[in-house]
Amino acid sequence: MAEYLFTEEQQDLRRGIRQFCAEHASEQAVRTLMESDTGYDPAVWARLGGELGVLGLAVPESMGGAGGGLVDQAVVAEEFGAALLPGPVFGTVGLAIPALVALGGDEQGGDELLSDLVEGRRTAGFAVPDRGGRFDPALVTVTASGGALTGELAQVVDGSADVLLVAACDGAEIGLYATDAGTRTPLSTLDSTRRQSHVRFDGTPARLLASGAAAADAITSAFHTGAALLAAEQVGGAQRLLDTTVAYAGTRLQFGRPIGSFQAVKHTCADMLVLVEHARSVAYHAAWALQDGSDDPGLAVSVAQAVCSHAYQRVATDTVQMLGGIGFTWEHPAHLYLKRAMTDAALLGSAAAHREHVAALVLDTATSNGVLAVAAG
Amino acid sequence: MDDHGELVDKTARQLVEAHDPRTTPHRELLGAIFDAGLAWVHFPVGLGGLAVSRGLQARADAILQGAGAPNPFALNPIGHGMAAPTVLEHGSPELAAELLRPLASTEHIWCQLFSEPGAGSDLAGLATSAVRDGDEWVVNGQKVWTSLAHRARYALLLARTDPDQPKHKGLTYFVLDMQAPGVETRPLRQMTGQAEFNEVYLSDARIPDRLRLGAVGNGWRVAMTTLMNERSAIGGTSSVRGAGAVADAVELWARRPDLHTPALRDALADLWTRAEAQRLTDERARRAAGSGSPGPEGSIAKLVTAELNQDVYEFCMELLGPEATLYGDYTQRDIQRFEEYRGPVQQRFLRSRANTIEGGTSEVLRNILGERVLGLPGDLRADTGKAWKEIPRG
Repeated sequence: MAEYLFTEEQQDLRRGIRQFCAEHASEQAVRTLMESDTGYDPAVWARLGGELGVLGLAVPESMGGAGGGLVDQAVVAEEFGAALLPGPVFGTVGLAIPALVALGGDEQGGDELLSDLVEGRRTAGFAVPDRGGRFDPALVTVTASGGALTGELAQVVDGSADVLLVAACDGAEIGLYATDAGTRTPLSTLDSTRRQSHVRFDGTPARLLASGAAAADAITSAFHTGAALLAAEQVGGAQRLLDTTVAYAGTRLQFGRPIGSFQAVKHTCADMLVLVEHARSVAYHAAWALQDGSDDPGLAVSVAQAVCSHAYQRVATDTVQMLGGIGFTWEHPAHLYLKRAMTDAALLGSAAAHREHVAALVLDTATSNGVLAVAAG
Repeated sequence: MDDHGELVDKTARQLVEAHDPRTTPHRELLGAIFDAGLAWVHFPVGLGGLAVSRGLQARADAILQGAGAPNPFALNPIGHGMAAPTVLEHGSPELAAELLRPLASTEHIWCQLFSEPGAGSDLAGLATSAVRDGDEWVVNGQKVWTSLAHRARYALLLARTDPDQPKHKGLTYFVLDMQAPGVETRPLRQMTGQAEFNEVYLSDARIPDRLRLGAVGNGWRVAMTTLMNERSAIGGTSSVRGAGAVADAVELWARRPDLHTPALRDALADLWTRAEAQRLTDERARRAAGSGSPGPEGSIAKLVTAELNQDVYEFCMELLGPEATLYGDYTQRDIQRFEEYRGPVQQRFLRSRANTIEGGTSEVLRNILGERVLGLPGDLRADTGKAWKEIPRG
C-alpha cells in the first residue's frame, strides 16, 4: 500500500467508526461518562472489541487480531480522538496490545491476555515509566521478587484497568510483568475523559511475560506504536476543532457581518488549517513507517509527536479564542478538547522532548560539506 | 493509459537516440523535443504534444533529462510553464503554431508584465492602458517585478482597455514583442544590492491585434490560466528529506560547533521538524493529485515554505552573532531569477524577505486558504461594482 493512499476498506472503516462514535460517543454521552465512576461504558468497549473488532486491527491473525496494519488502527484512533471516545484507548490499544504483539504471543499466558484485550473482554494499562517517550531502565523503581511486585507509580493512564503491564527489576534485569492486582487509586485529572490512577504494589503477585532484551524491545516497540496512535488521535481532535471554529466563524455575526470575513479571524483559521494538515501528514507517515518499516521508527515517531502535540494544543487554544466567550464556558465542548490536547501533549514525551530526539538523530550527526558561504566583510 | 505511457517512453527513447542530448546544441535539441511532441505531452499533436495525459510528462522528462537534456523550465520558466498553456488555450491555432516552437527551443525567452507599482495584491486594479487604433493597440503604463525582461523576446501583458467597467471586466490580455519601439526595460535594484527583477516602461508601444489572447474585456479569465499554471509549477518541488533552506542551517550548525547553545539547538530542531512536516505534506498532496482528488495540501506549500525560509535565515543570522553583521558586496549586479542561488548567508537572509511577498503575499494566501479551502466568507470590498476609474488609487 502506497503511503497516504487509503484503500476503500480503510475509508469504509473510517465511516463505520465515525457513525458508531456519533451514536455512542456523542457529546452528551461523553459528558455523562466523564462524570461516571468508571469513566467509560464497558458495554460500548466490549462492542468495539467484539462486534466491530477495531481494537486489534494491527494484531496478526495468528495472534487473534484482524491482521491489518497500523494505518488501520490509526484511522480508528483518529476517529476516537475526534469524538473524545472515553475508554482505555491509550493503555489498551496504544500500549498494552502492541507490547504483547511485540513479545510474539510466545510468553506464558500472554496469548490469552492478548485475545481478551483485542476482543474487549478485558482492559489494560501500561505501568512503564518513559523519559520523553523513550524507555529508560533507570526510571524503573518497581521491584520484583519471587513473582511479586513492590513499589509505586504516581500516575498511570488507564491505571484502573483490569490488567496492568508493569516494568519491574528483579535486581539483575528489567522484566515486563502482568498483574490484575495492586492498589489503584483514581486521580482527579485535567481531562475527565482520560483517566489516571496512582498504583501501588505491596508484594503483589504478577506473571513474568518477558525479561532482559526481549522486555526492553517490547516496551520500545509499544512506545513507538503508542506515540504513532496518539498522533493520529491528536489529528482527529484538532480537525474536529477546526471544523467547529470554521462553522462558528461563518455564522456568528458581529458588526453586521460574519466574523470569519474579518482577516484577523480568517487568518487564524488558515494557520489552524496548516497545523492540522502538517499533523495529518506526519501522523500517517509515522503509522506507515512503522507498518512498512519504510523509515527510521524513532525519527518518524518523534517528528509526529513534536508536530502533533504542538498542533493540537495550538489549535485548541486558538479555538477557544475564536469562539470568544462561549468557548470559555463549561457548556461548550471546546474545553473538553483543550484538556485532551494538553494531556496528549504531555503523554509519551512533550513536543520539546521529541525535538530533542530529532536533534540527537539529525543535528548531532550532521557533517559540514563547507559549501555554504558566509560573507566576511 | 498504459498504451499512452508506452508511446511516450518509445518516442522519448527514439528522440535521444536520434539527437544525443550530450552533443546536440540546446536549441536544436529542445526544438526536436517539441517536434516529437514531448515538450508538453498533453498539448495537441503538432503543437509540442502527443495529446496524452499531463501526468505522463514526468515519464518523458525522466528519459530526456536522464540522457542529459536540459530542463526547459529552468531555461525559460515563464515561457515554458505559463505562456505556453495560456497561448494554447486562448490563442488561435495559427498563433500557437507561430509562437510555441521558438518558445520551446528557448530561441524566445518570455517574461510576464502583470504587477504594477499601484497594483500588487490587487492585480485586477492595474492601470496600464491599451487603446485601440485600427488593427493595433497603443499601450502606456509601467510594470514592475519583471524577471528576465531584458532577455525576453515576448511578454504576457495584462492591460486595461475599458476604464468605465468594474476592474475585472475592463482588462484585455496581449502578447507584447519586447523589441517593439516604446518598450524600455530598467533593472530594479533590491535590498541585497543585486538586480534580479526589472521595471518595464511602456510609452505608446504598439501591439498588432492578432497578438491579443482571448476577447476584448476577457483578460482576467485569461490571466487566471497563467496564474493557475504558475501555482502548479511552483508546487512541484523536490522531496528529499532535509533539503531546501533548512539544509543551509544544518550545514552552518555542523560547521560551527563553537557557536552552539541549547536554545539554538532546540530552535534548529524545530525548523528541521517543520520542514519535514511540509515535505511530507507536499508528498501527500502529490499522491492525492495522482489519485485525482487534490486536497488543501497544495495551497499550503507556498505559505509555509516562504515563512520557513525566513525563519531559517533568521536562525542563521542569530547563530552567527556579530559575524552576521558583515556583508560581502553591495555592488549592483544583474542576476537571473530561477538560476541556482548561491550567495552568502547574509545575502540569503535579505533575499528571503521577499519570499512572503512574491507570487502572492502571505496575507493573500491566508485569505485563499480561509475562503477557498475552508469556505469562510469574503471580506467586504470597497470597490465592488464600481467603474475602475472611480476607485480610489494611491
